[in-house]
Amino acid sequence: MSALHPILARKGRLAPFLSLALPLAAVLTGLLARPGAFRFGEAVSLAWLLAFVSLFLYLSVWYISRAAPLRGGRLARTVVTHAVAAILISSVWVLTGAGAARLLTPLWGPDFPSRYAAQVPALFSTGILLYILSLALHSVLLAFEAQREAEQRALELTVLAREAELKALKAQIHPHFLFNSLNSISALAGTDPARARAMCLYLSEFLRKSLAFGERKSVPVAEELALARAYLEVEGMRFGSRLSVEEAVEPEGESCLVPPLLLQPLVENAVRHGIATTVEGGVIRLEARRTGNRLRILIENPCDPEAPPRRGTGLGLANVRQRLATRYGHDALFAARRLADRYLVVLSVPAQITE
Amino acid sequence: MKAAADTGVLIVDDEAPARSILREMLSALPGVRILAECANGFEAVKAASELGPDVVFLDIEMPKLDGFEVLELIDPAIAVVFVTAYDSYALKAFEVHAVDYVLKPFRAERLAAALDRARERAGKVSKADPAEIAAAARPAGTHLSRIVVRDATRVHLIPAENLDVAEAQDDYVRLKSGGKSYLKQQTIASLAATLDPERFVRVHRSYVLNLDRLARLELYSRGSYAAVLTDGSRIPVSREGHARLKALLEPETRKH
Repeated sequence: MSALHPILARKGRLAPFLSLALPLAAVLTGLLARPGAFRFGEAVSLAWLLAFVSLFLYLSVWYISRAAPLRGGRLARTVVTHAVAAILISSVWVLTGAGAARLLTPLWGPDFPSRYAAQVPALFSTGILLYILSLALHSVLLAFEAQREAEQRALELTVLAREAELKALKAQIHPHFLFNSLNSISALAGTDPARARAMCLYLSEFLRKSLAFGERKSVPVAEELALARAYLEVEGMRFGSRLSVEEAVEPEGESCLVPPLLLQPLVENAVRHGIATTVEGGVIRLEARRTGNRLRILIENPCDPEAPPRRGTGLGLANVRQRLATRYGHDALFAARRLADRYLVVLSVPAQITE
Repeated sequence: MKAAADTGVLIVDDEAPARSILREMLSALPGVRILAECANGFEAVKAASELGPDVVFLDIEMPKLDGFEVLELIDPAIAVVFVTAYDSYALKAFEVHAVDYVLKPFRAERLAAALDRARERAGKVSKADPAEIAAAARPAGTHLSRIVVRDATRVHLIPAENLDVAEAQDDYVRLKSGGKSYLKQQTIASLAATLDPERFVRVHRSYVLNLDRLARLELYSRGSYAAVLTDGSRIPVSREGHARLKALLEPETRKH
């Protein structure tokens, strides 16, 4: 919240605010022109002055209501603060009126100030009422501003969360994967240029696809699998006969939508914590099936039961779990199991064809 | 033949293209003799002891044994150059006195520079304490998950929880696990420092005991005890060892 009053803080707000003087002056005229007080002309001249003065005077209630908000603070302190402020501000207002009455004597006769003095109790009470009115309006304004700020903050948090997710997605393309692949390309360039070129192409396909995925909310399983294939082709060049892939994918499963790059960390784990830890390597098995209104995806890979956990274990899984929870709440199942020399990841989510 | 003056080199990487680029670049350098290519840590340890290379070009993330474990098990006189795509191990690599740390992919000049450094230091490489190497190889804040032991050309992996008792024998420790016994060149203090202190207790100057193997304590003579293990064997427990045991077991005994 800025130190400046919200009405003064923006240019466009001043004119509508000043126009409030009109009804206020009308009410004050009514009050001052009542029988036994002032004549109509006298009442109008005073009312206009008092109305304008009050507009600016009661703006200060903004600062007081911020210092002693009606909600939250200690009750006694709040009541005393506002009582004192109401008396002070109303006094200043009435005294300004007295000054004006003195200035208006050439117009309305020498007894004008004394006749004004007779109206002071009524005006003072009006001043207190104006204070209460102003306090109420400002409290509403403050509550409104607080809510708008809360909404703004919530929006910023959503944006931050989205950015964090995108960053997480980008971080999933591990630098060591790139450097190892480039090293293989460097090696093949000398001995087998055709394979070096093929590897460049698979790597480009993988990078282009995964970068494009970051922009999308959902992708069909078919595209996720195409990305996984490009990735596994690249890794296949590195690991040679140690890496083979088996797929059991049904067209019905392929057309279901999932969050983009959902499978990528799982496929990477299958290589990094699976194939890469074994001397002989083995088969990475990918399954995607739709049964009724559920989509079931399975990823299975060999692993060395004696291998110590490599750094980064669990991070990919935690990421997938988190993303499933964000997207599907409790409607997603996710399980990762180590069975002797195999590692198995199964996930089941509602089958969705449209977003 | 001037083969004796050649630098004997071992290439260790689990990826075939990575081995081939090392071979291609190293064999183009003068005075280099490539003794063997190894695709995993076991092969590397075996080849290092059988072929006696001067320099090993060693990948870090490999099946079976990682690069740090290989370094721990081979002759300290062999100069080790790590070749890896990970920059995060660099600090650890120098802690364990690796000669150089080459990042993949690399230029031929970079590899030549690494070889020069290795030649300078070959034969006079002072290797770190094995415990330091083991400590560097594991993620910060965790304890040794397995112990690697070499006897001649065979490598044994002992998961830490399977270690029953370790006994100091001069410059070696005798490791007992499931009725088998292994000898490793390491001090008992450095071994104890790498193990999980919640599970392993230095019960005596010469003994480290796995708490799970402790059956009971017997009073021996004025303040000294003997630990009776689950297999019936006994090991001595010193006054300090008894205090350490008590400190670990006390919270549990108090409950009863």
